[in-house]
Order: sequence, then C-alpha cells, then structure tokens
Amino acid sequence: MRGEAIDQIFVRTKHWLLSFLTNAPDWAQQVASSLLNIAAVLAVFMTLFALISVLERKILGRIQNRYGPNRVGPFGLLQPLADGIKLLIKEDIVPVRADKVVHFLAPIMMAAPTILALGVIPYGRNMTAFAIDGGILFFFAVGSATELAVFMAGWGSNNKFSMLGAMRAIAQMVSYELPLIITVLPVVMIVGSLSPDAIVEAQGGYASGFAPRWFVFTPWGAAAFILFFVSGLVESNRTPFDVPEGESEIVAGHMTEYSGFKYATFFLAEYFGMFAVSGLAVTLFLGGWHAPLPWLEVIPSYIWFFLKLGALLFVFVWIRGTLPRMRVDHVMGFAWKFMMPMAFTCILAAAVWHYQAHGISGWLWSLGIVLVVYLGLSRLLNTRRNLSTRTYRFAE
Amino acid sequence: MSASAFVVIAIVTVAGALAAACLRKLIHAALCLVVAFLGIAAFYFLLGAEFVGLVQVFVYVGAVAVLIVFTILLTRREDEDDVGFNWGGVIVALAVFGVLSWAILKTTSLSIAPPAIEALTVKRIGQILMTDYIWPLQCVGVLLTAALIGALVLVMEEKR
Repeated sequence: MRGEAIDQIFVRTKHWLLSFLTNAPDWAQQVASSLLNIAAVLAVFMTLFALISVLERKILGRIQNRYGPNRVGPFGLLQPLADGIKLLIKEDIVPVRADKVVHFLAPIMMAAPTILALGVIPYGRNMTAFAIDGGILFFFAVGSATELAVFMAGWGSNNKFSMLGAMRAIAQMVSYELPLIITVLPVVMIVGSLSPDAIVEAQGGYASGFAPRWFVFTPWGAAAFILFFVSGLVESNRTPFDVPEGESEIVAGHMTEYSGFKYATFFLAEYFGMFAVSGLAVTLFLGGWHAPLPWLEVIPSYIWFFLKLGALLFVFVWIRGTLPRMRVDHVMGFAWKFMMPMAFTCILAAAVWHYQAHGISGWLWSLGIVLVVYLGLSRLLNTRRNLSTRTYRFAE
Repeated sequence: MSASAFVVIAIVTVAGALAAACLRKLIHAALCLVVAFLGIAAFYFLLGAEFVGLVQVFVYVGAVAVLIVFTILLTRREDEDDVGFNWGGVIVALAVFGVLSWAILKTTSLSIAPPAIEALTVKRIGQILMTDYIWPLQCVGVLLTAALIGALVLVMEEKR
C-alpha cells in the first residue's frame, strides 16, 4: 500500500539505519536506537521553535496592525537565525553576589524536563520516542521539576525581583498543576491506561461511519479539554497568566539577572513547554494522530498530529495577542474556586458517560452535569452583584 | 550491567544525602536532597518498579522538594553562623541506624530467592488498591483531609 509506505517512512528509515548495526552487541543497538529518537525529536522541535518564534511575532504584528519582522530573509523567515547569533555572542553576565552554581544550573534544569516530556508523546503511528506504560505519569513527573528550576533561578540571582517572580511562579504553578492533572484523570479512567499510545488507540475509529471518536466531542471531554488548555497556558507562564515575569511590575521575574544564551535557554524552555502541553492536549482529547474523517486517512498520521499541534499553538499566540494580564490574586482565586470544582465535575460526568455505555443518554446526562455545575459556579462566583468600596489588606 | 548501575546510583544517592546533611547553606542542602530523591527513584527503575519510581519523582521532587524550597523562600536569608556540633543528633542517627540494621538482619525472607511474578502494570495496581487495600487507602485519605483542614484552620487564625 502506497499510503502506508509514506505513513511509516520515518519508522522504516530508522529500521534501515539500525540494520547496519545487526552485528553489533545488544547494548550498542539500544543506544543507537535511543540516540536516533532523541536526535529526531530535538531536530523537529528546534526547527518548530525557530519557526514559531518568527510566526508568533508575525501573527502578533497582524493583530496589532503592524508588519512584524520582515527584514532578514524572505518574509523575515531568517529572523530566528539572526536572533540566535545575537544571543550567542552577547556577554554572559553573572551578578557578583549571585549563587554561581545554582544560577548556572537553573536554565539547564528548566530546559531538560521539557525535552524529556516531549519524548512520551506519540507523533504518528508507531512514532513514540519513549513508549512506556506510565507515559502520562512520566510527563507530569518530569514536568514538576520545572518548578524547582524557576525557584533556583529566583534564588540564585540574589535579586528581589527574581525572588518575587519565583514566588509568584511557584504559587501559580502548584495551584494550576492540580486542575491540569485532574482533567487528565477522566481520559485515563475511560481508557484504563496511562500509556499515551493506548489513549490515542482508544480514540480511533469512527461512529456511524464518519464522526471521529475523539474525546473532545463528548461533553466531559470538551470541558476537560478547555480546563486542560487553560492550565497548560498557566504552566507555560504565558499571557494572560504571565504574572511571574510581569515586566511592568517585577522587571522579568526569575529571568531578570539572565542574559545572552542563558536567557535564550529560558526562552527555549518556555516554547518547548508549550509544545509539550499542546502535544499532550492533542494526544488526550483531539485524537492524537488520527484523521478527522475516514477518507482523509490517506494523509500520513504525523501530518495530522502536527496540524493539530499547529492549531493549538496558534491559539496560544492568539490569546497572547488579545488578552491583558490577569491580577495575581485573581489568577490564584480562579484556580481554586473555579478550575478545581470544574475538574472534579469532569470526572463525575465521564463516569456517568461510561456507565451509560457511551451512548446518547450518557452524552446528555454528562452534558447536564457539566452545565449545572458550570452555571452554579458562575452564579456563586459572580462578584459584580454587590460592588462596594475595595478594602486593601496590606496597602493601607 | 545492573550491578555496576547499582554501585553508581548508590554512590550518587548517598553523596546527595550526605551533602544534604552537611552543607551550610539551607538551599544547597535542599537541592542535594532532590539528588538523593532522584537516586532512590533510579533504584526503583532498576528494580523494574516503573510506577513506584515515577510516583517517587512526582511526589518527592514535584511536591515535597517544592514545599521545602517554598518554605525556605519564605524565611529570611541567614548568614552562616556556626551552631556547633550537635551530639544529640548523632545519638538519634546512630539509634535509627542500629534499629534499621537490626530489623534488616532479623528478616529471614532476604535469603529466599524471589518468586517469578508477572510485571505489575498500572491497571493491576489500581485494581489491588481499590479491592484488597481499600481500607488503608481510605484511612490515608481521611488523614490527609484532616491535615488539610488543620492547615486551613491555622491560616484562618490570622484574620481574626
């Protein structure tokens, strides 16, 4: 089959490359296989990083009614190259009273987990770089290490703005990690597995011949997807949740004392984190590498994955271009008062859907549950009804 | 292969733990503790307990270490003042070490070869937790809820 040949071209290329090593010892083959996977993931996402950094500025320019980068290369496409050279040859400044080791390790600790997290996502049929049974758990286990990195950056810089930024970042990341993980639970519950490959497999096939079985098309899935996406937005510290680096308040938060290539590493970690969280959202809710319609399956699976990833990344940029930054206390209150109850509701709605045998009655029941809780919460949390004089607790 | 891996991981873990106990700056000690936690997770991976290893990273590095670090952030940065040698700590440490070695040496099952068991998948862990170990699980849940409410009560005091 020709379609399959194109679909599996990367997998077969890898097998072909490994076939040169058939006489080598077992461990050498394993190392070579892992290195090939790592090289592929890094190459793809470095390219995507370069591409998205210029595209983001282009889209933001479009939203703000200006041109965006258009000097370097055709349509400004070589801009990332110029930026990279600029950042590489900049002076690396380390404050005199900084904690040198911690200051140096922080950017590395920030970037490494995001690259690790990218490994467990299935990019296409048989295309998972690091397929383990507890892939989802692995994703969150390594993801939680970035909090420590933010802290190291804040503490190591020995600067009050860095410190304030780190405290804000940790408070925010810890709060939103809960809804992020709880919204994954309904999917894990329905599929009965923590492996990303099994989750994508469960979303294959088409109901009544054309409708894809993606989880986003169920009421609980749609609600969980939105909650997951918002939490992911917070975890990657992007607008409107970029209070940790709010430049009008605390310079650049934990990145204040970083320059040159170390700053670029933070920048890279932010984008890789964005890719990882979007990739997981695609895997969990948007059917992974499955095509949206049966007759579109001739297009290779990895193209579908990256199309969906691109769509989510565009939403990231779109939100950045249109929404202003939220206030710190509002960000935290939103997590605990709205996101958490909604995330728990998703679990309940998914359970009801499951026990009604995934049928139409279960669909309606779960829609009802999600809607009732959503309306109730928005009623309860509506603070506009009784406006009064604002009282300040600490600034009197 | 696994024997040499054991030695390497053991050296890293013990070095991390020693550094956590000996370093002057609190913050360095906390970060070295993270190294020790990661070493223990590596042991679990070496033993084939993938799930436990991941949970070890998730809970200890992601939650416990962040909690410790956050607590340090909220305290004042102290200049190193020599507190002298703590003999009480040495006695407690020796006592704990003695009890642990006594317990390990008394265990008879160590000399028996482990029976071949099927690989423990996440699904089976879930099933066992929800059937055989349901009561311990519920008790832990109640304990954690009580701790959470206790923490809330402590914070509420401030407002009065």
